[in-house]
Amino acid sequence: MKTDLLFDLTVDKTTKTVSITREFAADLSLVWDAYTKQEILDQWWAPKPWSSKTKFMNFEVGGRRFYAMVSPEGQERWSVQKYTSITPKTNFKFFNAFADAAENLELPGSEWDLNFSEQNGMTKVNISIYNESLARLEKMVEMGFKEGSAMQLKNLEELLETLSHRS
Amino acid sequence: MRRDIFQAIADPTRRAIITLIALQAMTPNAIADNFNTSRQSVSKHLRILTECNLVKQEQQGREIYYSLEIEKMKEIDKWLNQFRKIWEARFNQLDKVLSTMKKKKK
Repeated sequence: MKTDLLFDLTVDKTTKTVSITREFAADLSLVWDAYTKQEILDQWWAPKPWSSKTKFMNFEVGGRRFYAMVSPEGQERWSVQKYTSITPKTNFKFFNAFADAAENLELPGSEWDLNFSEQNGMTKVNISIYNESLARLEKMVEMGFKEGSAMQLKNLEELLETLSHRS
Repeated sequence: MRRDIFQAIADPTRRAIITLIALQAMTPNAIADNFNTSRQSVSKHLRILTECNLVKQEQQGREIYYSLEIEKMKEIDKWLNQFRKIWEARFNQLDKVLSTMKKKKK
């Protein structure tokens, strides 16, 4: 498998947007399915040892996905994604918000915009996530994923460069 | 106004100041020598960095030296690194899923 796949993640504090670009060694229709079909999404959406559990998913404009990230201890963190726009195999947008198990939303949420394009059998996906508040952006990261370890200070320069990319 | 670590690094001049004083404690004048902007502007950035608890001041004789609060800086490291890790893990899993899907199709 190709290991030098493009991966880029930048955080722009001024526009409160996170941009993520990733290339996949598969054709567009396959990648599109992986992002838009419940049974495939649940196979990869949660970083192990977490798992993703979709209660229901109705992939159409106005429809929604109600799912949980399940911790190794079985703790569930629910979210709702409401689809606001779908252009098959090109783009889809949704509004994402944390929720409780009864689907009561915890606002504010974030707006996701996913773009798909294929070139030479490779598919590029660009995801931009806009958060109304910076606090929300931080919460998005903190929720559940507390085990991430700190980088050493020698990586500081590299880190600052990443953060300055878009400012 | 929001005063935290993310506010501190939102500005390119402040990021440059951080990189400078990460190496050694410096006086405001010595810091300003590295920039084309006015001393007032550098002072303003230093004030914001101080309010964000990212730099500390130390009086040595008649001079004030600014240095970096390393521990505070690690908060950003940790935050961004966690975030990157989540997405890396997620995408690596997707690579595997796609590879399996491709095989099934053939």
